[in-house]
Amino acid sequence: MAYLLNTADDQREMLARIGVQSIEELFAPIPASIRLNRLLDIPPALTEIELSARIQELAGRNQSTSEAVCFLGGGAYDHFIPAVVDAIVSRSEYYTAYTPYQAEASQGSLQAFYEYQTLICQLTDMEVSNASLYEGGSAVAEAALMALNIREGRREILVAESVHPEYRQVLATYMANLGVTIVTLPTPDGFLDPDTVTKAISDRTVGVIVQHPNFFGFLEEPEAVTQIAQKHGALSIISFDPISMGLLKRPGQYGADIAVAEGQCLGTPLGYGGPYLGIMACREEYVRKIPGRLVGETTDRNGKRCWVLTLQTREQHIRREKATSNICTNQGLFALRAAVYLTALGPQGLRETAELCLRKAHYAADQLTQLPGVRLQYQRPFFKEFTLSLPVNVEVLLVRLREQGYFAGLPVGRWYGPQLSQALTLAVTEKRTKAEIDGLAKAVEHQLAQAMPVMR
Amino acid sequence: MNNQQSTELLFELSKPGRRCHRLPACDVPETRPVSDLLPANHLAATSPSLPEVAEIDLIRHFNNLSTRNMCIDTNFYPLGSCTMKYNPKRHERWATSPGFANLHPLQEDDTCQGMLELLYEMQQYLCEISGLHAVSLQPAAGAQGELTALFVAAAYFRDIGQNQRKRVLIPDSAHGTNPASAALAGFEAIKIKSDTQGLVDLEDLKKHLDDRLAVFMITNPNTLGLFERQIQTITDLIHAYGGLVYLDGANMNAILGITRPGDFGADMQHYNVHKTFTGPHGGGGPGSGPITVRQHLAPYLPTPIVVREGDRYRLDYNRPKSIGRVRSFFGNVGILFRGYCYIRTLGPDGLKAVSENAVLNANYLLARLKHAYEIPHGDRCMHEFVASARLLRREKKISAMEICKRLLDFGYHAPTVYFPLVVPEALMIEPTETESKETLDAFADTLLKIREEPAEFLQKAPHTLSISRPDEVKAAKEPILRWKPAVG
Ligand SMILES: Cc1ncc(COP(=O)(O)O)c(C=O)c1O
Repeated sequence: MAYLLNTADDQREMLARIGVQSIEELFAPIPASIRLNRLLDIPPALTEIELSARIQELAGRNQSTSEAVCFLGGGAYDHFIPAVVDAIVSRSEYYTAYTPYQAEASQGSLQAFYEYQTLICQLTDMEVSNASLYEGGSAVAEAALMALNIREGRREILVAESVHPEYRQVLATYMANLGVTIVTLPTPDGFLDPDTVTKAISDRTVGVIVQHPNFFGFLEEPEAVTQIAQKHGALSIISFDPISMGLLKRPGQYGADIAVAEGQCLGTPLGYGGPYLGIMACREEYVRKIPGRLVGETTDRNGKRCWVLTLQTREQHIRREKATSNICTNQGLFALRAAVYLTALGPQGLRETAELCLRKAHYAADQLTQLPGVRLQYQRPFFKEFTLSLPVNVEVLLVRLREQGYFAGLPVGRWYGPQLSQALTLAVTEKRTKAEIDGLAKAVEHQLAQAMPVMR
Repeated sequence: MNNQQSTELLFELSKPGRRCHRLPACDVPETRPVSDLLPANHLAATSPSLPEVAEIDLIRHFNNLSTRNMCIDTNFYPLGSCTMKYNPKRHERWATSPGFANLHPLQEDDTCQGMLELLYEMQQYLCEISGLHAVSLQPAAGAQGELTALFVAAAYFRDIGQNQRKRVLIPDSAHGTNPASAALAGFEAIKIKSDTQGLVDLEDLKKHLDDRLAVFMITNPNTLGLFERQIQTITDLIHAYGGLVYLDGANMNAILGITRPGDFGADMQHYNVHKTFTGPHGGGGPGSGPITVRQHLAPYLPTPIVVREGDRYRLDYNRPKSIGRVRSFFGNVGILFRGYCYIRTLGPDGLKAVSENAVLNANYLLARLKHAYEIPHGDRCMHEFVASARLLRREKKISAMEICKRLLDFGYHAPTVYFPLVVPEALMIEPTETESKETLDAFADTLLKIREEPAEFLQKAPHTLSISRPDEVKAAKEPILRWKPAVG
């Protein structure tokens, strides 16, 4: 049997030592009435060779982003992953260890997570980062929980409609039983107008959540929103794009209280949605309210610098129902990926990556908006992702483009309803080439011509 | 483990001008400066102050650091409740094949039929193994599985007009995530005592049964490694009072193909795929915590769920009573993928043999240790057991922590310490089925030897690792949570 070691002789000796006749006897505490008296109804065992064939067969029925040209974004991006990232995370010293409870036996992971925390602080200009949350959506919900904890008594959260619809869904699910009101602030111009916040905010508001750049790819006004929030004693919670930090102002620079992000773009394969990385950073004053693991520096009994899990009195294993969060297992290996990725890029590489994304996205937008009836959905600046308004129903268009090898973008009307049924959101990473972008523009042009002969 | 190299931080290795990854020149026309594309008030004046190192610096740094970790691939790792079993290498190879690793979460169902088929089959297997009817693969870890199930329970009670059910009963031996999840789902967590045998105290449980009861969360086998023999009575009682039974499935490794939570009255359960079905633990994560539920709770599960129509698979979002979502995208697919491979590799006989050998190994280790270490809850167990250093501490001033630290010197990762809370000086030992009798014997011999070592010597252990006894009080008192450049 795969992975089992005990031989029949071993088993006999072990049973004798235990003082029972059979393995069956060890299961005596399980009443007969609830025993499963048949084998599980799952397929029979496969050897490595057989299962390998099965896996290849299933893989063959997927069209991956390595076979199509990918302009899909919406929180998961086709950025390049340097080989050093995979080389390091495939070391089993990292990936077959667990939470570093025994500091002496885990200095490798602990130091790496401390470095990750520092890198995230450098990336965001925030003061404190935890050692990871699950992913970008639950990071938003955890930020809201944290804000509720910091501003006890306030029970209302403002969230921009331009925040990722799935993140807002997660937020709603997490808040559903806590007597919290979520007010979704409309973004008819493709971003949250600070005046809308001013009108909606009150002394019941615990926090304002903005995603910058937002789900449509456009820039928000996080600095103005942060100021309004704080003026009313509410927290500013910003969901940011880590790659954009190569160019854009950092949350710490404009005074955000909590910064969260989906960290997939930092060296994690698309992997059909997970495992990814939830990034969370905050101001120093909130450190005792932050969810999740924290690694801290200390010294050992010989005065040597070393690292430990710290401030654990926030956590479920100590505080139980009073903990800041229920998170236990986190996304350690993906924090390591992000640490290696950020170090491999360095300040220069991050800036260049961000600039390539910016330029290519603008080139793509320029090419596409030259086509008849195609324009930017909103007149707002954007970074690596943008939303177009097309003169056709985009669902049909996307099918045609897929046949030609393009994952051309997200039909955002699926999340926002019929008024955006002609809107398409495209993400352009540093991996996309001019030829690919030109190819897409040609293919779209061709499809539009076919769909609307009259407009020619 | 004794590698003394590269203990500098990345930031201390940094030297302006060093580079690792280089980007290609921009191939689209750079007609406008960046400041034309992005408004000045949005631009940062400088790049983040990330470290600057060369590729070989980076590789040596992290490779040398890695040698300061114990891990399953180099050490026996009997960390109780965490099921640190071997992580097959074939899974790592398959998981990185582009046909799976490079799928975008929002690509159309038509373009990822192979992925959906695998996930659909995984849904089926998890239902069959738990004896429950419907499943959500979405939760990212066990704790999120608990939370999701409690959201489901809350939605269900709201739907049937029983909003007064606000209490979640949890045995005192339960994992900390149980009460933490209950609180986050808006319930009041109420502690139920364990009896002298370490099982749920039925009398105490009965005191808390009324129409405020929402959910009883039970871990079975429990965290003491004991099967709750009265489980059927307990679940009948909970149901009689209109409550739901939640099974914390962290300990499924003991009962695969032997008994099923659905068959002993659980209405919902989570799996820790990273434990039972061997997703590598990644130095703290990722995990995957799918939940299975009974039919009447299925409408409330998060969306989407994979459904099959003829020979096509599709993500079903149209579930009006759903609680919504607990995370973005489908789930921790990479871990579910490895769990799928593991289940397919073992098959029905294999999974049963997993539990049989996990239980055999734990009982063998218990038998080898019981004369030297106090085992407060009897001399039989399921897949793990909890020893106590209470007497050792009283008689010889040797605490559970000292034993753990000394084990590290011998190349063993420590058991889980000071959990469960119901056992003083707890040492929770879970060998798993992927260890041999030789390994268990050597480990037992070591524990017997440690017991005889002088307390003063143990208090300073470990003696052979790169560091020893970090000052945790100092770390918490004046927390240093990030590196900062020296001033001046
Ligand atoms: C008994 C028990 N319940 C719940 C959990 C939580 O699971 P996870 O760490 O995957 O969130 C754990 C594991 O840490 C556990 O041992």
